Amino acid sequence: MTVDESFTSLPLGDLAEAALSRARALGAEHADFRVETVRSQHINLRDGHVDGVSDSSDRGLSVRVVYDGTWGFAAGVALDARTAAALAEQAVEVAKVSKPVNSEPVVLAPEPVHGEHVWVSSYEINPFDVPDTEKIGHFQRWSERLLGADGVAHVDAEFQAVQEGKYFADLAGNRLTQQRIRTEGALTAVAVDQESGAFETMRTVAPPVGRGWEFFTGNEVFDWDAELDALPGLLRDKLTAPSVQPGEYDVVIDPSNLWLTIHESIGHATELDRALGYEAAYAGTSFATLDKLGTLKYGSPVMNITGDRVSEHGLGTVGFDDEGVQTQQWDIVKNGILVGYQLDRRIAQLKGLNGGRSNGCAFADSAAHVPIQRMANVSLQPAADGPSTKELISRVRRGLYIIGDKSWSIDMQRYNFQFTGQRAFLIEDGELKGQVKDFAYQATTTDFWGAMEAVGGPQTYVVGGSFQCGKGQPGQVAPVSHGAPAALFRGIRILNTVQEAGQ
Amino acid sequence: MSTSSKPQDLVEKALELSRADGAVVLVDAATDANLRWANNTLTTNGVSAGQQVTVISVKNGATGAASAAVGVVGRSGVDVAGIEDLVRASEKAAEESGPADDANQLVPGRASADWDEPPAQTDISVFSSFAPALGETFAAARAEGSLLFGYAEHSMSTQYLGSTSGLRLRHAQPTGSVQLNAKSGDRSRSAWAGVPTADFSDVDVVAVGQDLARRLEWAKRKIDLPAGRYETVLPPTSVADLMIYAYWSAALRDAVDGRSVFSKSGGATKLGESLAGSSAIKATLRSDPTATGLECTPYVEAYSSNAYQSVFDNGLALGPTEWIKDGELAALLTTRRTAAAAQAPVTPFVDNLILDAAPGGTGPSLTELTGSTRDGLLLTSLWYIREVDPQTLLLTGLTRDGVYKVEGGEVVGEVNNFRFNESPVSLLSRIAEAGRTERTFSREWGDYFNRTAMPALRIPDFNMSSVSPAS
Repeated sequence: MTVDESFTSLPLGDLAEAALSRARALGAEHADFRVETVRSQHINLRDGHVDGVSDSSDRGLSVRVVYDGTWGFAAGVALDARTAAALAEQAVEVAKVSKPVNSEPVVLAPEPVHGEHVWVSSYEINPFDVPDTEKIGHFQRWSERLLGADGVAHVDAEFQAVQEGKYFADLAGNRLTQQRIRTEGALTAVAVDQESGAFETMRTVAPPVGRGWEFFTGNEVFDWDAELDALPGLLRDKLTAPSVQPGEYDVVIDPSNLWLTIHESIGHATELDRALGYEAAYAGTSFATLDKLGTLKYGSPVMNITGDRVSEHGLGTVGFDDEGVQTQQWDIVKNGILVGYQLDRRIAQLKGLNGGRSNGCAFADSAAHVPIQRMANVSLQPAADGPSTKELISRVRRGLYIIGDKSWSIDMQRYNFQFTGQRAFLIEDGELKGQVKDFAYQATTTDFWGAMEAVGGPQTYVVGGSFQCGKGQPGQVAPVSHGAPAALFRGIRILNTVQEAGQ
Repeated sequence: MSTSSKPQDLVEKALELSRADGAVVLVDAATDANLRWANNTLTTNGVSAGQQVTVISVKNGATGAASAAVGVVGRSGVDVAGIEDLVRASEKAAEESGPADDANQLVPGRASADWDEPPAQTDISVFSSFAPALGETFAAARAEGSLLFGYAEHSMSTQYLGSTSGLRLRHAQPTGSVQLNAKSGDRSRSAWAGVPTADFSDVDVVAVGQDLARRLEWAKRKIDLPAGRYETVLPPTSVADLMIYAYWSAALRDAVDGRSVFSKSGGATKLGESLAGSSAIKATLRSDPTATGLECTPYVEAYSSNAYQSVFDNGLALGPTEWIKDGELAALLTTRRTAAAAQAPVTPFVDNLILDAAPGGTGPSLTELTGSTRDGLLLTSLWYIREVDPQTLLLTGLTRDGVYKVEGGEVVGEVNNFRFNESPVSLLSRIAEAGRTERTFSREWGDYFNRTAMPALRIPDFNMSSVSPAS
């Protein structure tokens, strides 16, 4: 794969030269320059009819400087040398205006210079090369298949694709050109009981992926046919399922649900900028503060968490981050103990972690936004010879098996969380029984991970994720993947959401 | 494709080039300036300028034929020389799309008097008096051994909307806010305030800092309380969080399809029914694009179609709309198409929201409401609000940056944080007392929905589902 010619044909080197030479002439200690094109497409169908199709492309350029120990940043859209140089001047001006409120000089961790490099993510068919008629038709056929099934009143279908082109240059001599592709598709079936007015929904659990259109045309990576065949029956059962009895249960959680719990209770909690307070007024801080590194019992000894920006098809995967740092994999939790954080160049230097080196977690969602520390692919490792999901279920006397993510919420220090799911099956004496509905699980992060008795083997491992991880002000979204095996947790509090609503 | 062109020229050129049966062109010219700080020092900042052009092309029936298909393509940084490529991409998208469910005639032409005006702009100088005042507030915090965190942003977005049906509409929208968070040096105590502003001339950050310092004093006495239902005074920011979510969930189409909290059995809706239950407070929830201090786009702006908006409705004039009138569900969000299908009036989405709940239009301030609380909780703000069950519109979330215990009208200390599970629709039937409506900033949704005016509400039995150890 190669980078789209519409991107490489832009005068990237000349623009970088114009911006960086002006920044250098003005006396900036550090300057970096980015050009980005982010193309995205959304296709939405309702009951098999086109609800909305939109295609947008955002392109711009920006300059970030450290001037007199203070950040300055300016972004614009016109791709000419005059604008690039003017942005360098504006960025220095922003630094000057900000200087009176800056009391902590900015120093960046030193990094090797990579010179010129090109990196392209791994995919087969660029979704933007596929005619819209084909993509719409594909999801129409899937919608009609569900609508034709007994008990399905409505079907929503959505498809989303993103193509990111990114050029990074800095005063140190990096000239990095990268391209990434990602896709996401989901169908939600709705059942309505006309007499009582009650309704339930069930969504496919296919993850968003760093892959192309090929993800949707075969069953090799995700078994779409099996999922679409099973969905109407699962939905009918859910509509008539008993409401869950609240209380303590042992739970086996499927990776299609567990990825989001990992994201919220580990991914965000081990972002060093949060632990340092940079997000304190907005996204929040973290209970996993720096003084606990190496000692905090995050979970049980079977808990091993890695961070990476290198796994193939991962949504957080990239060759170099937005500070020119080569991406890598590292440990965050080892045998249940907190051992690492996600870092960018400033905070790595500030706290001397990772030998004072960044691990490549700076990311900006567009040229208009400044890079901030963003989440890597944070994943729970399976046990090498670990059990199957069925074996995990067989160890439970009274419990729930929870599949698919749905509602989520967690507090600003990442302690108290509540999640629901697409469906849950009762487990009795090691056997799966029918569904129960209206369930939610609520726990405190370290209690929950401490209650993890076993993780499944590699055969249970699935990579989930999101296109829409939000952080920062102004708000930025980032895509991120989370791998997980199935896992068994003992004694988890299950709520009944109808009772919670006081009904 | 190098330099930006005048928005009006882009609109005219795109419409002139269009070979579709109908077209709408939206040009959004936006400038933004922001400052962010943590631990009494700046962390990031920036200015940005952008111009996005969106071309909506209708094929096979600009007259609203059922076969009409639509293509929507948007790009930033397009100039007059590059516009043809965008117009053709939009037409191709329409050709490749199937018939649109919301097909309709384009809105008949009319023009804004200020169409010829250039885009309104902002830049870093909007903070020229705010930044030094913030510096003073940092100094005061340092002197007290406390830490300040927060964010200030100002944006100016000017939209030009033109159509082959003769629309030429311009709207300039300023949006701004300051959020300030104060913490004790050991970070065990925390307080927050959010201030919406159109131009920063009305922001007194020193006073906001003093208010937060007072709250940090309140928090010196800690009181542990278990989960349970408590009499709770919700401040206007939290009422805004909850009402905005109810507003976003109020699409007529979802209600008719039997899949929303406003549905009844057999395809009926709750329109015309009372949501006030046995509460003596009969609240009115409304929007008005001309509301003083909350002025917003006075016409429909839709970049994609969904359950509650339609790209065909672009430019449709918006007026005052009562969603809930004196406690009764009076209107749901419609497009022209979904309104016609349900034989309901056309009431599209408006970008502001006002709740009037105090009888007679006046009521106590938050301080007065707190002062008349015998035994209850006063919240600072809510956070991380997500839908748990669409049937009841059950939402979950957390309290954040100060839950205060009130006894005999006085704050006596700070309580631990809680996770709540509550439905805004259910709350409307349980209001014990309402304060006066004031301009406020929703902490949870203010980034997307800035313009709200809400009262403080006293809820006798707010459901605190569990304790959160977060501080």
